[in-house]
Amino acid sequence: MSTTEHSDFIDSDTGKLGMWLFLFTELFLFGGLFIVYAVMRSKYSADFHHAALELNAFIGATNTVVLLVSSMTVAMSLTAIQRKQSNRAMGLIFITLILAGVFMVNKYFEWGHKIGLHLYPGSDVMKTLPHGEIMFFGLYFMMTGLHALHVIIGGILLTIVMFKIKSGRINQEHYLLHENGALYWHLVDLIWIFLFPLLYLIT
Amino acid sequence: MNDSSTAVPLNFLNHKTGLWSWLSSTDHKRIGLLYLYSITVFFCVAAVLGLLMKIEKFAPGQTIMTAQTYNGMFTIHGIIMIFIVVIPGLAAVFGNILLPIMIGAKDVAFPKLNLFSWYVYITGAFLGLYSQFAHGHVPDTGWTFYVPYSAEATSNVVIALTAAFVLGFASILTGLNFIVTIHRMRAPGMTWFRMPLFPWSLYATAWIQILATPIIGITLLMVIAERTFQIGFFDPKLGGDPVLYQHLFWIYSHPAVYVMILPAMGVVSEIFPTFSQKPIFGYGAIVFSSLAIAFVGYLVWGHHMYTSGMSYQARWAFSLLTFLVAVPSAIKVFNWLSTMYGGSVDLKPPLLYAISFIFLFSIGGFTGLTLGSLATDIQVHNTEFIVAHFHYIIFGGMGFGFFAAIHYWYPKIYGRMYSNRWAYIAWGILFTGFNILYFPMFIMGIQGMPRRYFDYDPKFTLGQEISSIGAFILIIGLIAMISNLVYHRRKGAIAPANPWHGVTLEWQIPSPPPHENFDEVPVITHDPYVFDHPYTK
Amino acid sequence: MKNHDDHITSYSLNWTVLIVLLILTTISILAIKMHLGAYTVALALILASVKVTIVLTYFMHLKFENLLLRLMVGGVFLLFAIVIVITFIDYYFR
Repeated sequence: MSTTEHSDFIDSDTGKLGMWLFLFTELFLFGGLFIVYAVMRSKYSADFHHAALELNAFIGATNTVVLLVSSMTVAMSLTAIQRKQSNRAMGLIFITLILAGVFMVNKYFEWGHKIGLHLYPGSDVMKTLPHGEIMFFGLYFMMTGLHALHVIIGGILLTIVMFKIKSGRINQEHYLLHENGALYWHLVDLIWIFLFPLLYLIT
Repeated sequence: MNDSSTAVPLNFLNHKTGLWSWLSSTDHKRIGLLYLYSITVFFCVAAVLGLLMKIEKFAPGQTIMTAQTYNGMFTIHGIIMIFIVVIPGLAAVFGNILLPIMIGAKDVAFPKLNLFSWYVYITGAFLGLYSQFAHGHVPDTGWTFYVPYSAEATSNVVIALTAAFVLGFASILTGLNFIVTIHRMRAPGMTWFRMPLFPWSLYATAWIQILATPIIGITLLMVIAERTFQIGFFDPKLGGDPVLYQHLFWIYSHPAVYVMILPAMGVVSEIFPTFSQKPIFGYGAIVFSSLAIAFVGYLVWGHHMYTSGMSYQARWAFSLLTFLVAVPSAIKVFNWLSTMYGGSVDLKPPLLYAISFIFLFSIGGFTGLTLGSLATDIQVHNTEFIVAHFHYIIFGGMGFGFFAAIHYWYPKIYGRMYSNRWAYIAWGILFTGFNILYFPMFIMGIQGMPRRYFDYDPKFTLGQEISSIGAFILIIGLIAMISNLVYHRRKGAIAPANPWHGVTLEWQIPSPPPHENFDEVPVITHDPYVFDHPYTK
Repeated sequence: MKNHDDHITSYSLNWTVLIVLLILTTISILAIKMHLGAYTVALALILASVKVTIVLTYFMHLKFENLLLRLMVGGVFLLFAIVIVITFIDYYFR
């Protein structure tokens, strides 16, 4: 008779269901922001359009591609671990992490540019703008900021996965953490798929 | 350390001792008790605050506190009662202790996460307390944190908001754990429709917890951002919309009412069959009405906002949906009553509390319909009618459900019996005090007594005095009830494994339950409430 | 107990999914230059939803999960859509 309390082992379907439920809460966390966005966009559509021109659609598109590719590499790393190709799995996660870094660097320049133009909440320039534009930038910083936080958390999670593959604790038999890390990373991608057209592609 | 030669058999309470063995335990039963003790302490604090407010209102004009103190007091009373006591309440305490046992599991799906969520909870609870004592002013926004006031008030609003955010996170983790537990940990043979009704109600509750709580999380973050970074989501000066805050707030906080009440409904659904010795009437109807309440309850938030400036179309749509949610609640009441009909009813304290639950919840429910219909709501909005209504629902419903639960499962948890005599006396005082306290508020509310006022027109003096006297009686009843339970924890008679002749799984194991609940995994071969089964004889 | 029975997605399927996603991204970028007016938002959202569905189905392996989980995911998105619609009963008529 096994002891439940002191066992660290969680069976894979149980762990995966837990992760999915957690992803649902994440979706609703961003969901609250999407509700605000939808209401404000319908209220200030002209201002939103105008303010969105300040955003660099090229950087936005680049980051979209970066995240899509990273989603694929992390999915492939799972395939690799299932096929017992540990080194390839680690390599693919490493590529994912690099792409996450590229995303964050882009984000850094993007935010830095805005802040250089004094387009940050509470700035003097911002106070002179029409209400809808203030709202757009407020939402822009809040949404991309919260998303960037998730990129960082996802990156940390995948780093842990990488080290556990190295130590052999994630292997062809047991890869629940790897699977959940990948699911989390896909969520980061999923949110961005909505953020990109809503923030960068407004006409 | 406990030698097996001692008279008391090993159980989850005594198999390890010392404070640390409790604070580090991943045993669901011990975590449930940790929640029970912390919730009781906070409940007593908030109840005293409530009593102080009632003393202030004993006479018109200022009596024992200033208006500002009163504002702070109803705010923190609300924050503690809602976020720290009632929302975790039944799910975290009795859900934790009994859910795994009732479905035949050894623990929840993620025991460590379960312990972690208690620590998150206690952190949030202390943050809530800290907002009272930190440098600056006591938060005075009311527990609803309505903008624009909460965005501008100079009091410790950010700390209180953070507390609510952290507490919400604990609630999410508990809900997540329960859903996975119910999906994955049921004993062999325990199909979905062989599951007792308390787990079912927890299942519906848990879905609300994980799908509604994030909305309040992000909303509170937005208010924090508004205060610290001047992003004006809700501030009209920056183009924001204060009504949008109310939408987001109630998208969570209305379903939260069902987080409070659904488990209480689950508890009484266990109590009625046991004390009638008769299968529950309409098992399927109760299951589906729980799920229906959870779903429809998610869509009725706007009935808190009839006077906030919503469009007319939204108001009648929300009114319609609100009336819909009354249907499944009524179905449950009929089922409980039908369960008692023709049974051998044994009016033990748990049943007494369960019946008073129906009585008080029905009054709360009917007045809820008064508030759900547009025209009458506009008349009584923001009066003491509202205060009376939600205390009937939350205290009369969830509170009495909680008391029913503790009197029902007390012998199982501690292996001791409380004094029935004292339980009856305490119930009498409590029930009388409750009604004397809250019922006059309905009348004064209709007469126009606004809520959240520390002073009032002298014409309300009589009603307020009656209400305040009720508060004293209620507190005496609470003291009597808690003393009875605390005293008999060690001095009570030894309880048998199945004192009430219940048939669900928790009654088939010793009291208190052994550390790992079941010596061997139970195999379930029949429906949950079958009273002629051999092992009940 | 072990992850043995899980479906293994082939590398080539992953590549195909990525290429489809990139094509859809390109379409959504090009679409704004076509000045479709009011339909741009609708088109952008539809394309985003298609992309999200693809990510959920293949990258997140929903295609190979049990029906219950798929229903849950669908239900969660549906619930969110209902919440948005109900919110707009207020804002649309205000």
